[in-house]
Amino acid sequence: MHSIKVLGSGCANCERLATLADKVLSDLGREERVEKVTDYAVMAKMGVMATPALAVDDQVVLAGRIPSPDALKELLAAKVTA
Amino acid sequence: MSDLTVSARARARRSLRPLAAIAAAAAICVAFYLALGPFWNWALYDLAGLPRGVRWSEAVHFFFFDTTKILLLLVGIIFVVRILRSFLSIERTRSILGGKREGVGNVLASGLGVVTPFCSCSAVPAFIGFVAVGVPLGVTLSFLIASPLINEVAVILLYGMFGFEIAALYIGAGLVLAIVAGFVLGKLKLERYIEPMILEAAAVAPLEAAGGMEPSWSERFDLGVEEVKTIIGKVWPYLLVGIALGAAIHGWVPQSFFTRVAGPGNPLAVPIAVVIGLPFYSNAAGTLPLIEALHAKGMAMGTSLALMMSIVALSLPEMILLRRVLKPKLLAIYVGIVASGIVAMGFMFNAVLSN
Repeated sequence: MHSIKVLGSGCANCERLATLADKVLSDLGREERVEKVTDYAVMAKMGVMATPALAVDDQVVLAGRIPSPDALKELLAAKVTA
Repeated sequence: MSDLTVSARARARRSLRPLAAIAAAAAICVAFYLALGPFWNWALYDLAGLPRGVRWSEAVHFFFFDTTKILLLLVGIIFVVRILRSFLSIERTRSILGGKREGVGNVLASGLGVVTPFCSCSAVPAFIGFVAVGVPLGVTLSFLIASPLINEVAVILLYGMFGFEIAALYIGAGLVLAIVAGFVLGKLKLERYIEPMILEAAAVAPLEAAGGMEPSWSERFDLGVEEVKTIIGKVWPYLLVGIALGAAIHGWVPQSFFTRVAGPGNPLAVPIAVVIGLPFYSNAAGTLPLIEALHAKGMAMGTSLALMMSIVALSLPEMILLRRVLKPKLLAIYVGIVASGIVAMGFMFNAVLSN
């Protein structure tokens, strides 16, 4: 199991990224689900400066934008099946 | 050997292709833009048979011409600006600002605030990230002031509604405001009023966030298309209402109420407008139609723009966000200085522009 986190203040874009990531994960047949992080101290520790950000196993892989579903699928497939 | 040169040439050709595509798209946009006036003349007066030189048909012409003109400008410029912005990131901006002194730093931060892709919902993590690597407080605040104040949508709409001079003045005033307010805040040595949570995080914050996120050219185009869709999708109802209002006001509404209470003759109009706009938040696209209507009814230009700046740059939701990182005293000083700056800009506009 990998940890998948969406970091952000809870704004509309963060919700959209979280929903999209959950959908991509289930499309990939993965059991992981997105954990939402709204704590600024955690974001600071992970070096996140633009939200929404996506982290896999506490490694930031994307920040400040919502990728297309295909791009996100490719990104997550590479990270969670590796 | 020849294989090598062939593949090198192919690579060069491939890297030029996106630029050629942008140039072609730009040429098409300009051609459309130039054709708009003749097109609506033909469509409305010749084809639909509207009478020329009559107030209502001129208003209809104004509505169609202005709507299409502003939409075309928005689509073209948002697309290009988003692609240019994809070469910058908040991480890159931070490393540019990292070793800069105050002064130079404030100027750079304000300029970068305009061009860095940034959403005000990221204000807190960006603030922490900047301060954590030693970007001075005043320089960080210059960035945060410039970013919402000046953006392509605001500038295009100002240009479309009030013309080139006002748009240019607005950009200049916004930059000066961000530079000076940030510089003054830096000089006040208020670092002790940053919430200590920040400094704890600073100790462990990695210097560079995840690298290797450089988008490819096709992703840059996608970003541009996505941005156009998002912004136009959000903005179009405001725009239509605003332009329809402008078209209606164009011929019918007499200058009355606002000339008396908020015209050039009332020195208190600017500070009152700024205080009224302070708690509210809206973006430029939502604000400008209102501003145009108020101006058309006689509110002085400087007063109108000060109201807009106050709505866009300062708001209750933003203060609540910033309260997470700034202690109340620093927050109050920040709001006070930015608001005073906007008032000064309003007076300056009113003095420079003789309506």
